[in-house]
Amino acid sequence: MEKTTQQKAMRKFTKICDIVNQYNRDKSKLIPILQKVQDEYRYLPEEVLTFVATTLNIPPATVYGVATFYAHFTLSPRGKYVIRICDGTACHVKGSNKLLETLREKLNLKDKNTTTSDMLFTLETVSCLGACGLAPVLVINDVVHGQVTREKAIKLIDEIIEKENKNAG
Amino acid sequence: MEDKKTLFIDGREYRINGERNLLEVIRKAGIDIPTFCYHSELSVYGACRLCIVDIEGRGIVGSCSTPAEPGMKVHTNTPEIREMRKITLELLLANHEQNCLTCGKNSNCKLQELASRLGVDNVRFKPTHKPKPIDRSSPSIIRDPNKCVLCGDCVRMCHEVQGIGAIDFAYRGSDVMVLPAFGKDLSEVECVNCGQCARVCPTGALTVASQIENVWNELHNAEKTVVVQIAPAVRVALGEMFGMKAGEVVTGKTITALKRLGFDKVYDTSFTADLTVVEEAHEFLERKLNGENLPQFTSCCPAWVKFAEQYYPELLSNLSTCRSPQQMFGAVAKKMLPDLLDINRENLVVVSIMPCTAKKFEALRPEFNIDGYPDVDYVLSTQELGKMIKEAGLNFIDLETESFDLPLGFKTGAGVIFGASGGVSEAVLRLAVEKLSGNKIEKVDFLDVRGCEGIKETSFTINNTSVKIAVVHSLANARKIADMVKNGECDYDLIEVMACPGGCIGGAGQPCSFVDTINESRTQSLYNIDKNLQIHKSQDNPYIAELYEKVLTDHKITHELLHTEYNNRKRMSDNGLSFSEDNKNGKLHVDVCLGTGCYLKGAQDLLHEIITNIVDKNLAEQVEVRGSFCFEHCNNGPTVRVGKHLIEKCTLKLVLSEINKQLKATQTTAISS
Ligand code: SF4
Ligand code: SF4
Ligand code: FES
Repeated sequence: MEKTTQQKAMRKFTKICDIVNQYNRDKSKLIPILQKVQDEYRYLPEEVLTFVATTLNIPPATVYGVATFYAHFTLSPRGKYVIRICDGTACHVKGSNKLLETLREKLNLKDKNTTTSDMLFTLETVSCLGACGLAPVLVINDVVHGQVTREKAIKLIDEIIEKENKNAG
Repeated sequence: MEDKKTLFIDGREYRINGERNLLEVIRKAGIDIPTFCYHSELSVYGACRLCIVDIEGRGIVGSCSTPAEPGMKVHTNTPEIREMRKITLELLLANHEQNCLTCGKNSNCKLQELASRLGVDNVRFKPTHKPKPIDRSSPSIIRDPNKCVLCGDCVRMCHEVQGIGAIDFAYRGSDVMVLPAFGKDLSEVECVNCGQCARVCPTGALTVASQIENVWNELHNAEKTVVVQIAPAVRVALGEMFGMKAGEVVTGKTITALKRLGFDKVYDTSFTADLTVVEEAHEFLERKLNGENLPQFTSCCPAWVKFAEQYYPELLSNLSTCRSPQQMFGAVAKKMLPDLLDINRENLVVVSIMPCTAKKFEALRPEFNIDGYPDVDYVLSTQELGKMIKEAGLNFIDLETESFDLPLGFKTGAGVIFGASGGVSEAVLRLAVEKLSGNKIEKVDFLDVRGCEGIKETSFTINNTSVKIAVVHSLANARKIADMVKNGECDYDLIEVMACPGGCIGGAGQPCSFVDTINESRTQSLYNIDKNLQIHKSQDNPYIAELYEKVLTDHKITHELLHTEYNNRKRMSDNGLSFSEDNKNGKLHVDVCLGTGCYLKGAQDLLHEIITNIVDKNLAEQVEVRGSFCFEHCNNGPTVRVGKHLIEKCTLKLVLSEINKQLKATQTTAISS
């Protein structure tokens, strides 16, 4: 167990080094670099941002400024599966609110938490995914699911949990 | 001859004389266009929109970001412009905490001033201000985001002039704030406490942290003997707080004021500046003779010292080991005054009056503290002293003049010019040239190192010894020179660095001023004081000679009181990158520096090898490997720290043997206990 975690963390880190090298450690490529880092970690960890700042030779406060400016970047850990529920007009009319409630309950998300404690799921809303014909729409890690009912949503979650359990076991 | 270029401002014709933008032409024409985000020292930002003017044929534009063009017809005062400016100001006020009466910037605030100047008597917008926490972590600066107008002056100051970038805009839309990285406190990041951000902040969002109350308490305590030292730059600026003209010399009045506030003795930091010159010049001549640790960097600016500790660890041995005049004063005072004044060391309180906010940080450095009693107990800025004088109700302008107490109050002109950029170099030259030539010198002025250019140079040859000197102010300039030294691109022998533009006379603790020529006035006054003094060379100060005879009798004590050492400093508090699952206590930590220097020297591969080895040898239970960014030993990289042991020029073999050694040691202690 220990062995694989260390190796995984290390592999991730080597990736970060590759990413900054791939962009020739060019400060002006900060945004694409952050984008790739986020792909790797699913969020932008503070220490990694400091590392990126040091390597690109720019102040960490600048990197932090960029990372907090774009809604696309996130500085808190995100789950392995990011579920985004569309809250655009069409989906809203078709009850995306209820869907959100159902999923928060299903995932046991309390208060303002958006990520489950086992780091498996993150639940967010987005404003219109441009698939209004399929409303209400929900996206799990870039896979779009249309006309989602409460039952269908719960089933999607259960399937993922089952898959994960199988992998672990 | 070229046609003369002119434009029209409110119907009158004015010449264009190479000004950077329309705003400067208008200001030269005697119209003080209001601005928040414009500073002649900084790049143009163009966000506040207060500087708007109406140009015929173009409409309303920001004058700070519009170049002046011949023939332009500019109107600065139309009904539309007046209304727009008012709205801008009201919008700012709607989002601003309004407790002016208790704000540190009360009566020095640009927002206040403009609200009154533009006749804003009512805010027509709903208040949108949400309270945010105040950052009081720094000994030098208080950051109160509730008062921020987002003009970005501080951000550009720290980035462009100081080359640091400790603060920047974060978030967006209505959530925008100016913050240190990751929303940390200022004291946890790479801020060097120079305070220049606070100097340009138009409101109370960045202000100088105050120790006024602490000092009053000591003054009111009958058991304490409170002595005070005044830095050179204070005497040419304090008067500004009482409406006197910029640069007016008020030494005598300041002494009287301090006595009337209750200070028992009033001494002069210029005395220990003389002492610094003697120590530093001798140190320099010795290094020059041995060809060691050159160039020698000056070390009297604590903002520069922290900067060097953070960014140039490989140059730390080039810094003069001399303490700053403030700290030399503290050490000497605490050593000799208890006997002289017949009191206990514990009852002696040393206060400094400084133009500087970084001195507040310097006084707290653990090296300058004996058994919990710091050498310098409190540091007040020039501004804070002015406030105390006002609070006490002293009519400063009409005070009679008094003189400094002896012996720590006697100085030469060399100790006074310390307050201006170039002053330290000139003072050192007055000694070094005499030593090298073996003759007394008459001409003591070294004009090449004076003036306000960011980087100055001079060189000369005496008796086959040639000496090359550079003088820089502002840390962005310091960075340029330090990089040159690091890359072997220059051959200076002595480099003077002051963090503040203009040197200490431009320190952030000085009275608030938005006049462009303020530094020149203050500087000129310091050189005038030098001219009017009888002695110009530190080595001729009779009280310095006496000090060496009576107190600094041998090398050991001299070193103990007057010298110091420097340490690599992490730029930011962080936990590094952890590569193992749990952070169980009791694990042996192996930290691999991944800072730029080490990174280039293969730290990444080394880290990889270390991890693979730890995993293969099943040591992961006992050892935790982490990536860290800031040992800043880059010159001898890659660096790895095993437990507390730092290995430079590290290889896999070295790390593994150190890990084995330390693991064995813990096992034996575990067995024996
Ligand atoms: S005090 Fe100096 S270093 Fe610190 S944030 Fe302000 S300008 Fe930057
Ligand atoms: S230049 Fe002078 S005032 Fe400015 S930080 Fe350095 S010592 Fe302080
Ligand atoms: S001074 Fe021109 S926009 Fe602020």
